[in-house]
Amino acid sequence: MPEVKMTVNGKPASGQIEGRTLLVDFLRENLGLTGTHVGCDTSQCGACVVHVEGRAVKACTMFAAEAEGMEVKTIEAMAEPDGTLHPIQAAFQDHHGLQCGFCTPGMVMSAAALLKDNPTPTEAEVRDYLEGNLCRCTGYHNIVKAILAASGQDVSKIAAE
Amino acid sequence: MYAFDIERPTRLTDAVKLLSDATDSQPLGGGQTLIPALKARLAAPERLVCLSAVDEIKGICTADDGALCIGGGTCHADVAAGAGAYPALASLAANIGDPAVRNRGTIGGSLANNDPSSCYPAAVLGSGATVVTTNRKIAADDFFEGMFTTSLEEGEIITEVRFPVPEKANYQKFEQPASRFALVGVFVAKYADGVRVAVTGASEDGVFRWSEAEAALSSDFSAGAVEGLSLSGDGMISDMHGSGDYRAHLVGVLTRRAVAAAG
Amino acid sequence: MPKDGGIGASTKRREDVRFLTGTGNYTDDINLRGQAYVHFLRSDMAHGRLNTVDTSAAEGMPGVIRIFTGADFEGIGGLPCGWQVTDRHGEVMQEPGHPVLAQGKVRHVGDPIAAVVAETREQARDAAEAIELDIEELSAVVDMKAALKDGAPKVHDDLTSNLCYDWGFVEENKPAVDEAFKSAAHVTTLELVNNRLVANPMEPRVAVGDFNRSTGDHTLYTTSQNPHVIRLLMGAFVLGIPEHKLRVVAPDVGGGFGSKIFHYAEEAFCTFAAKALNRPVKWTCSRSEAFMTDAHGRDHVTKVELALDADNNFTALRTDTHANMGAYLSTFAPSVPTWLHGTLMAGNYKTPLIYVNVKAVFTNTVPVDAYRGAGRPEATYQLERVIDKAARELGVDPIALRRQNFITEFPYATPVAVEYDTGDYHATMDKLEEIADFKGFDARRKESEAKGRLRGLGINCYIEACGIAPSNLVGQLGARAGLYESATVRVNATGGLVVMTGSHSHGQGHETSFAQVVAEMIGIDADQVEIVHGDTANTPMGMGTYGSRSIAVGGSAMVRATEKIINKAKKIAAHLMEASEADIELKDGQFSVAGTDKSVAWGDVTLAAYVPHNYPLEDIEPGLEETAFYDPSNFTYPSGAYACEVEVDPDTGKVTIERFAAADDFGNIINPMIVSGQVHGGIGQGIGQALLEACVYDENGQLQSGSYMDYAMPRADDVPFYQVDHSCQTPCTHNPLGVKGCGEAGAIGSPPSVVNAVIDALQSGGKNVTHIDMPLSPSRVWQAMQG
Repeated sequence: MPEVKMTVNGKPASGQIEGRTLLVDFLRENLGLTGTHVGCDTSQCGACVVHVEGRAVKACTMFAAEAEGMEVKTIEAMAEPDGTLHPIQAAFQDHHGLQCGFCTPGMVMSAAALLKDNPTPTEAEVRDYLEGNLCRCTGYHNIVKAILAASGQDVSKIAAE
Repeated sequence: MYAFDIERPTRLTDAVKLLSDATDSQPLGGGQTLIPALKARLAAPERLVCLSAVDEIKGICTADDGALCIGGGTCHADVAAGAGAYPALASLAANIGDPAVRNRGTIGGSLANNDPSSCYPAAVLGSGATVVTTNRKIAADDFFEGMFTTSLEEGEIITEVRFPVPEKANYQKFEQPASRFALVGVFVAKYADGVRVAVTGASEDGVFRWSEAEAALSSDFSAGAVEGLSLSGDGMISDMHGSGDYRAHLVGVLTRRAVAAAG
Repeated sequence: MPKDGGIGASTKRREDVRFLTGTGNYTDDINLRGQAYVHFLRSDMAHGRLNTVDTSAAEGMPGVIRIFTGADFEGIGGLPCGWQVTDRHGEVMQEPGHPVLAQGKVRHVGDPIAAVVAETREQARDAAEAIELDIEELSAVVDMKAALKDGAPKVHDDLTSNLCYDWGFVEENKPAVDEAFKSAAHVTTLELVNNRLVANPMEPRVAVGDFNRSTGDHTLYTTSQNPHVIRLLMGAFVLGIPEHKLRVVAPDVGGGFGSKIFHYAEEAFCTFAAKALNRPVKWTCSRSEAFMTDAHGRDHVTKVELALDADNNFTALRTDTHANMGAYLSTFAPSVPTWLHGTLMAGNYKTPLIYVNVKAVFTNTVPVDAYRGAGRPEATYQLERVIDKAARELGVDPIALRRQNFITEFPYATPVAVEYDTGDYHATMDKLEEIADFKGFDARRKESEAKGRLRGLGINCYIEACGIAPSNLVGQLGARAGLYESATVRVNATGGLVVMTGSHSHGQGHETSFAQVVAEMIGIDADQVEIVHGDTANTPMGMGTYGSRSIAVGGSAMVRATEKIINKAKKIAAHLMEASEADIELKDGQFSVAGTDKSVAWGDVTLAAYVPHNYPLEDIEPGLEETAFYDPSNFTYPSGAYACEVEVDPDTGKVTIERFAAADDFGNIINPMIVSGQVHGGIGQGIGQALLEACVYDENGQLQSGSYMDYAMPRADDVPFYQVDHSCQTPCTHNPLGVKGCGEAGAIGSPPSVVNAVIDALQSGGKNVTHIDMPLSPSRVWQAMQG
C-alpha cells in the first residue's frame, strides 16, 4: 500500500492507504479524527466538510492520495488549544445552532470558509452558501442566525431564541 | 468502491502516458461526479489518473482573438472568481453544485462526463466554444454526442476551453429540487453574427441548441421574440421531478427570462 | 434560580461543546479491538422467491471471515412487533414473521439476504458481489388498493391476504355518523395522500456487536432512541439473551425522528455474529442503504368527509384511510395509523360524531413506522385541509370557521376516546394573528403581484397527544410494552449528583434541560448535576425518547426521584438540626428550620448521608440514591395555530415560503431556547413534507428516490426565518412540571398551512385548484394550474 503524507491541523500526518481510501476515511480511521462525519454517499450532506489548502472541500469526495503534501484543517483544530471556542463555534452555542451535532462540524467548517471570503454576508448569502450542508434538526433558523452573529452582525431583530 | 491504483502526475505528458499504457485507466478531474459513481460501484477502473496536480491545465486567460480560455483543470470556484470577462459564464460557474463541490469540480471533468443535467455543456454549446484536448480542437457543435457521451477518445484530456465572449449572454437554471442539478437550464448568447440558445437538463439526448429560438432571437433579441415558440415534450426527460411537457414548457420560460436578463 | 439557570431559563447547552469541537462520541466513532465488518447483500428485487443463495465462491474471497444466510437464523426468533391491533370485527391483525435474514422470499428492495463478515468493509462488499443468487422474480404489489384486490400477489404466502387489519373507530359510532351525513346541510369531501417520507437523521444507522467470552456478556452499541427497548426486544424475542447478559449502549446519536426507535435486523445480526465469531462486528449504514432499510413514514391515502349544519357547525367527520405497512411490521407500525391517528381526529373542534376507518396493507416496500408526529400529522393534515376546503366552498373565513367550532371547555372528552385536560385554542389563534401580521398580508400580496407572483396565506390549527400513556390503557389498546419512564438520582457525598434517565437525547438537549429542573428543585447550580442516558448498564429500565415524551414522562420520573431525595435529605437535615422533619424547608440549597435561624447546607446533608457518624441509622439507611418510575395518567395535549405565506411563480409552479409563524401552547417550559429549536426543526421537516420530500416507488417496487439526488431534503435556502411563540401556556394538569412536550409540534402543525397557502395563492390568481397532493413540487403545482 502506498503512503500518503500531508499536514493535518498543523502537524505532519502520514499513513498507509489504498488508492480508494477517501480523505475522510484517512482522517477518521488512520488519524482518529472522528469529528469529520459521513452522512451520505452522493456528496450532498456536507457533514464531512474540511479545509484543504484553505478551501472548503467534501472529504468524502476526495481521495486521501489527492491530498498529498497539502494542508488539511478539520473541526478538531477550530478551537484554541486552551479550549476557547472559535467565534463561529461560540455563536453556534450562543444561538442554539445545533441539536444532534452530527452535521455541526461540516456546518462550522463551511461557515468558516464563507466568512473568510465574505466577512459580512446577507441572510440570503448564508442560506445560499449552505446549499451543500444538510441539517435535519434545526430547520436552519439558528444556524443562519449563528453565522450572521459570528460575522458581527446584529441578530437581535431575528425572532427570539 | 472497487480497488484501484491512483497516480497523481504533475505534468500533462505524464498523465497522457499513463492513460495510454496497458493498464485500464480513467482520468480523475475534480471527482465530484466520478467519486460518487465509484462509491456506487458503477465504474471499475484499474487505475485512476488524477489530474488535480497538473497545474499547466489550470487557469484563465484571454486569447489574442479575445476568447476567454479556461484550463480544463480549473475548478468552478476559480471560474466563478476569474471569468469576469464573461459574466454569464462566471455566474453559471458560481451556481454549480455547492461551494465545496465548486472548489474541486473542474470544467474539463464536467464536460467529459456530459451529464444531461449539468450546466457547463449549456455554456459551451451556447457560446460555440472550442474544446481543446491533448489531441485536437473540437467545436462545441461536434463535442456533445448525447447523454454522458462526447466525441472524446480514450485517454484524451480536455486541456482548455475557449469561449468567444458574446455581446450579451445569460444562463437561467431551474433546479431539480433534490440534486440541485438543472431540471432545465438555458444559456442564451448574442454574438455579432447571431444568437445561440443551448438547453441542458431537458432532453433525453443531452444538451441541444434550440434553433427556432436562435433564429427568432437573431432577428429580434427580445423576450417577446420567443413568446410564441414552444418545444414538444416528446424526447424530453420525464421523471418524478417533472414530465417531458413540463420540461418543454420550462425551456420556453427560461429562454425568455434569459433574454430579458441579458438585457 | 440557580446561577446557570433553572426552570424557564434559556440556558446554553452543555452538550454543544463536544459536538462543536468534534469530540462527540457517535456509534461510528466506536472501533473495538479486533473488529470485523459486515456488509449485507440486499435484494434488488421487490418480490421474489429465494431459491438458492450460493456463497461458495464468495467464501474464498480475500478477508472473508464468514458468510451468514437466512439458514443461520432458522430457529432463532424474528424481529418482533410491539403493538397488536384488533380490527373492527374483533379479530387480531395479521402478523407475519420478519426474519433477520430473508428466508424463502424477498419482500422489498433492500431485504437482507446474506451477511458477509470480513476484515475490511470493502472486502465484505467485494465478497457479497460474488454470492450467487437464484431468485425467481414475483409480481410486486406497491399500490395499496391494488394489493387488496382479489388475486393480488401476496406479500406473505401464509397470510390470507395483504390486509393487516381493517380498523374502525369508534365502531359503535358508525351508524350515527352515517346518519349525521344524511341530514347535513353541507358536506365537504377531500381525497388526499399523506406522502411517504424517509426520516433521514443526518447520522446513518450503525451497529457494533461485541461479546466477552470470559463473562458471556453481550454488548451492542447502536444508534437508538431507546436502548432498553432494543435490549428487551432483541434479547427476549430474537436472540434469547437474558437482559442481565446484554448491554445496549446508544451513545451520542445524530438525530432519530422516530426512525431509530425500532429494532432492526442489523442490530440483531451484529450481536449474534459477535458471539458466533468471537470478534466485534461492525456495520455502518450508507445513506443509499438507509433509504431502503430505515423504516419509512406516513404513506396514507385518505378520503375525508366533513358534515356541517346550516350554521356551519361541524356535525360529523368520517374518514377512510389506507395505511401502508410495507413488507413487514416494524416495531410500532400498527399503532401509528390507529391509536396515534384515530384518537386525534377531533382536532381542536367539538365535532360530536367521528368515525375513522383504517385499512393497513402489506406491500413490497420498506416497512413503514413512526416518523416525527406519527399518525398525528396525518390526522391534522386531513382535518385542516378539509376545513379549509369547506370554508372555501361555503365562502366563509377559514379562521372564523375554525374559531366557531373550537373546543372551549376543559377537560373535554372527545368522541374518539381521549380527554383533553387543558388548552386555549382562541388564545393561540389570537397570538398567531398578531405574530404573523395578518393585517399586513394584503399589502404583501400586492407587492408579490407586482412582481408577477401569486401570494397566498394559509393557516391551520393542530392538537397532538404526547407522552404516550398510561400503561394500563395502552395495554388494552394492544401495546406490548409499558410506557412509563424512569430515573435514578444518585447524590454524591460532596453534593453533586447524577441523574440516570431512561429517556434518551439525540439532539433534544436533555443534558441541559433535565439538569435545569433538578438544580432548581434543590437550589444548587446546574453544573452540580450530571445527566446520564443511553446505556442500559447504568440507567434504570426506560422506554426511551419519542412521541414528545421526554420531559413530560421522563422529566416527571426525574422529579419524583428528586422529591424522594429531598424527602430523605430533609430527614437527615432534621436530625442534624435536632428539629422536626415537618419543619424543614429547602431553599437555594439550604435546609432550614421554619421560624428559626437554624440551617444546614445541602452539602452537609449529603456528606452526612455517606459519612453517617451523626445520623438517624435506626430510622433511615445511609446513602442518598433514589429511583422513580412514572406512569402518567393521561396523554398531554399541546396545541397551536400556524400560518404560512407563500409566493407561487405562475410560470414555473415554484413555491417559495415567504413567512412562517407558529403559536404553540406547550404548557410550562423548561428551556425556551431549546423549545424554539424543536419547533424550528419540526417546521423545517413539515415544509419538507409539504414542498419537497417524496419517497417514490415505481410499479415494480423499485425505489425511485433512493438518494439525495432524488429525495429532496430541505436546505437552508428552502426555508425562511420562522416566527415562533410559546407564550400561551395552559399547563398540563396531571404531571408535576405542567409540561406538555414540544418535539413533534412543528412537523404536525406545518404541512396543512403550507398547502392551504398555495391553494389560496392559486385561487387568488384565478386558478380553480382545490387540492394538490404533497409534495407541492414545481411540476405538480404547474400541472395543477393547467387545469
